[in-house]
Amino acid sequence: MTAELVRGQNHPLPEARLEIRVSAGTPIVAGATLGDEHGKVHGVEWVAHPGAPTLPGLEVSKQAAADHRLAVDLDALSPSVHRVTVLLALPTGTGGPARFGAVAAPFLAVTGLDGSEVATYTIIGLQTETAVVALELYRRQGAWKVRAVGQGYAGGLAELLADQDLPEARQLAAGIHEAVARGLARSVAAPPPRVPDADRPRQTPAPALGPDQTHGGSGTAPQGSPPPPVGGSHGGGTAPHDPSADTQPTAPMVGGPVNYAHPGRQTTAPPPPPPTAPPAQPGQPAQPVAGDATGWSMDERLYNQVWGMFEDLARTTAAYRSAVDFAESRMEQELDRVLSDPRSRISGQGDAAREAARAKHAQLVDQARAALDRDLDQLRAEADVVEPALPMAYARWDNPVWHGYRVPMEVPMALRLGDLRLPESDGLRIPMLVRLPLERGLWIDAGPSGDSFADSDELRRLALDTAVALAARLLAVYPPGEFSVHVIDPAGAGATTLAPLTRPGVLAGPPAVGAAGVSDVLGRLTQRVDLVQMAVRGGAPDALPPGFDTAEQLLIVNDFPHGFDDRAVTQLRYLADEGPAVGVHLMMVADRQDAAAYGPLLDPLWRSLLRLTPTPDDHLADPWVGHAWTYEPPLVPPGSRILHEVLTQVADARRSWNR
Amino acid sequence: MTKGQAISLQKNDGGSLTAVRMGLGWQAAPRRGLFGSRTREIDLDASAVLFADKQPVDVVFFRHLVSDDGSVRHTGDNLVGGVGAGGDDEAILVDLARVPVHIDQIVFTVNSFTGQTFQEVQNAFCRLVDETNGQELARYTLAGGGQYTAQIMAKVHRSGAGWQMTAIGSPANGRTFQDLMPAILPVL
Repeated sequence: MTAELVRGQNHPLPEARLEIRVSAGTPIVAGATLGDEHGKVHGVEWVAHPGAPTLPGLEVSKQAAADHRLAVDLDALSPSVHRVTVLLALPTGTGGPARFGAVAAPFLAVTGLDGSEVATYTIIGLQTETAVVALELYRRQGAWKVRAVGQGYAGGLAELLADQDLPEARQLAAGIHEAVARGLARSVAAPPPRVPDADRPRQTPAPALGPDQTHGGSGTAPQGSPPPPVGGSHGGGTAPHDPSADTQPTAPMVGGPVNYAHPGRQTTAPPPPPPTAPPAQPGQPAQPVAGDATGWSMDERLYNQVWGMFEDLARTTAAYRSAVDFAESRMEQELDRVLSDPRSRISGQGDAAREAARAKHAQLVDQARAALDRDLDQLRAEADVVEPALPMAYARWDNPVWHGYRVPMEVPMALRLGDLRLPESDGLRIPMLVRLPLERGLWIDAGPSGDSFADSDELRRLALDTAVALAARLLAVYPPGEFSVHVIDPAGAGATTLAPLTRPGVLAGPPAVGAAGVSDVLGRLTQRVDLVQMAVRGGAPDALPPGFDTAEQLLIVNDFPHGFDDRAVTQLRYLADEGPAVGVHLMMVADRQDAAAYGPLLDPLWRSLLRLTPTPDDHLADPWVGHAWTYEPPLVPPGSRILHEVLTQVADARRSWNR
Repeated sequence: MTKGQAISLQKNDGGSLTAVRMGLGWQAAPRRGLFGSRTREIDLDASAVLFADKQPVDVVFFRHLVSDDGSVRHTGDNLVGGVGAGGDDEAILVDLARVPVHIDQIVFTVNSFTGQTFQEVQNAFCRLVDETNGQELARYTLAGGGQYTAQIMAKVHRSGAGWQMTAIGSPANGRTFQDLMPAILPVL
C-alpha cells in the first residue's frame, strides 16, 4: 500500500534495500547527505553527489537528469549514520530553469527492490528556490522511517549544505555544479534535434567528440549524443592518405569551439507548438507546411525542418540503395547457381532460371523505386513550400526575399552555405545550413575537383567568386558593426573578382597586398585572438581596451601561400585553431597543390576547415548514413545585381553605424 | 503469447499497423552480495536485426540507434534494468510502412552485455505495442532464466501484404548480437 506523504509526514520503511525514484520533467541534480544522530554532516565525504556518486549503502546518479534512481541500503550504512537526507537542485550555468517555481513539481517515490512503492511525495509550492531537501530517511529506535521534508533554499545548494553545518558547503556546491555542467555538456544534443546516432564503429571517430560517446554513456540523460562525424570522400578518387578528405563534417557538432546553447534557454524544454499541417485527406499524405518542426521561433522551426528533410532524404535513399544492392547480389548468386548446375546446360531450364532471377531482381528494384519516388514526391512538395518561406540567411540568391533586403537587427541562427543533393534526388536540393557564429573556417578549394573541366585559372576565379558570394552573405545577415571582413590578396590577383566587396566599401580595409600587408593583417588578428583569450581566461571580458571592435572577424586569404613566410604560416595555423572560439574565422581560397612544399605541416590546417568547392562536387557526407552529397556553391545568378544592391545597403549601414 | 505462437499484425478493423514498439523490461533478481554493485549489474541490451532473404542487412543496437533507412529506431541504452513497474526499459520502434521493401524479417534479441546469465534476471518480458495508440498487442514473458546470456525474443516478418509477429524465446549465448548470429539463422 503506497502512502502519499504530505510535507512533514513520516512513514515506516519495511525494507533496508530501497530505491528512491525522482522525476522532475527537467534535468535536475540529485544527491544525499549522511548525518549522525544529531543530524550533523561531518564533511564532504558524507555527501553523495554527481562528482562522488557512491558511498557505503548509498548511490546517486552521476549527472543531472529528469529522472533519477537513488539506491539505498540502510543496513550497509555506517552505524554512526542516523539520517539520510535526499536533496535536489537545479543545475547552474547550463541554461536551465533558474528556479523550481518554473518547473513541474518534483515527484519522489520510495520503492522496494521489487518496484513496489512504499511512499510517494510530490514537492509542491516551490517558488524561487533552486535547491530543496526532498526527503529524509532517519533511524528511530532501531527502525528506519521516511519523512517528507520539502524545505527549499533560494540560495541554492550552497545554502542548503551550509544549513546542514557542512563547513565546506560553498566549495562543495561549486564542485557539484561543475561536475554536473561537465556531464550536461556531453549529453545535450546540437541541432538537428532528431534522435542522432551514437557513434558507430564503422565510422571514423570524430576528433571533436567527447570521450564519453561509448556504451557507458548516458542511461538517464536524453539520448543526445552529437551526430557522428561525417567521413568525406574527395570526389571518389582520393588517395586514402589525404587527410582533408578523412573528416569533413557538414555542420552541427557539439564539443566544437562554439557553444550554441542559448544562455536563457533550457535545451530540453518543450518548445511552443509549431504551425501544424492540416489533417490529411484519407488515403493521401499530409500537405506539407513550412515551419512544421519544433523550435522557439520561425527561423528555428525552418532550420529544424530543413535538417529534417536532409535526414529524410538521406534515409530514404539509404533504403533504396540497400534494396537495389540486395536485389543485385541476390540475382548474381542465383545466376551463379544456374551456371554451376550441370542440368541447366542440357535443357531450357537454365534460361528459365536465369529469366526468373532477372525478373525477381526487376520486381524488387521496381518496388524500391516506387517507395523512393513516393518519398521524393513528399519531400519535393515540402521543399516547394519551404523554399519560398525561408528567411534571407537560409535563402538562395534568387529568392525574392533578397529584393526586400533590409539590414538585420540580430544575427540569424544559421546561414545557407549552398545546396546539397544526391544522384537519386532528381531536382531536389536541400539547403546546407550551418549554425552562426561559424564553428570552423571555410576552405574554398581552388584545385581540380569533381567532374569539372575548367582550367586552373578559371577554377581560381570561380573559387574566389564563391568566397565573395559567401562573404557577402555573412556581411548581409549580420547587423552592421557585428561582422568585419579582411582580405589578404598578396599579388593582387583577385582584384577584379573581389570588386563586389571592395567597390561598395564593405571591407574592414582594402585587400592587403605584399608580404608586409600579409604580416600586418595576420599580426593584428593574432593579437586580437590573444587579447580576447586573455580576457576570457582571466574572467574579465570587460577589461578589453576601450574602442575594441567586438565584431566577428572573417579573414579571406586568396592565393595562399603566395606572400606567406614561415612565420605567417604559423600565425595562420594559430588563427585556424584558436580563432573560431573568439570570433575570428578563416576563409581560405586555395589549391592544396600550391602549398605542397609545406608537406604534411599544413594537414591540420586543411583538416580544421570545412571544404567547399566552387563547382558541384560530391565530397560532403551526412551525419546519419554517410552518403556522398554533391555540394553546390551559392553563386549569384548570372546578370543579377542583387549582390550589388544588398552590399550597397550594407555599406550605407556600416557608414552610419560608424558615425 | 507462448513460445512459437504467431499473431498477425492486422488491425481488427482490417487496416494494418503502421508503427509498432517492441518494448523490453527486466529486473535484476535480488540476491545477496556486495552492496553497490547490485543494481548496476545487469545490463541487458535489446537489438533488432534486419534480414533480407536470410541475410543480415542492418542492425539496430546501442551503438547504432537508427537503421540507415530510418525505419527502425532504438530509444537508447538502459544500463541497469527497471524496478519492474511494468514499463519498458528499452524499446525499439519499427515504422512498418517505411521498412525497405527487401527487408522481410526483423529479429529482436536481448543479450546481457555484462555477461551475467538470465538466472540473475527476473520478470523479463517483451511486448509489442501499437505505437499509434499505445495498445499492447502481445506480451511474452520469459520463463525462468537459465544458464545463458542471451535470448532471441521474437521476430516480425512479412506475411502477404502485412506483417506477423512470432514469439521465439530461444536461448543463446553472447554479449552482443554479433555473437548471436549463428543462433538466429535457424529461426528465420
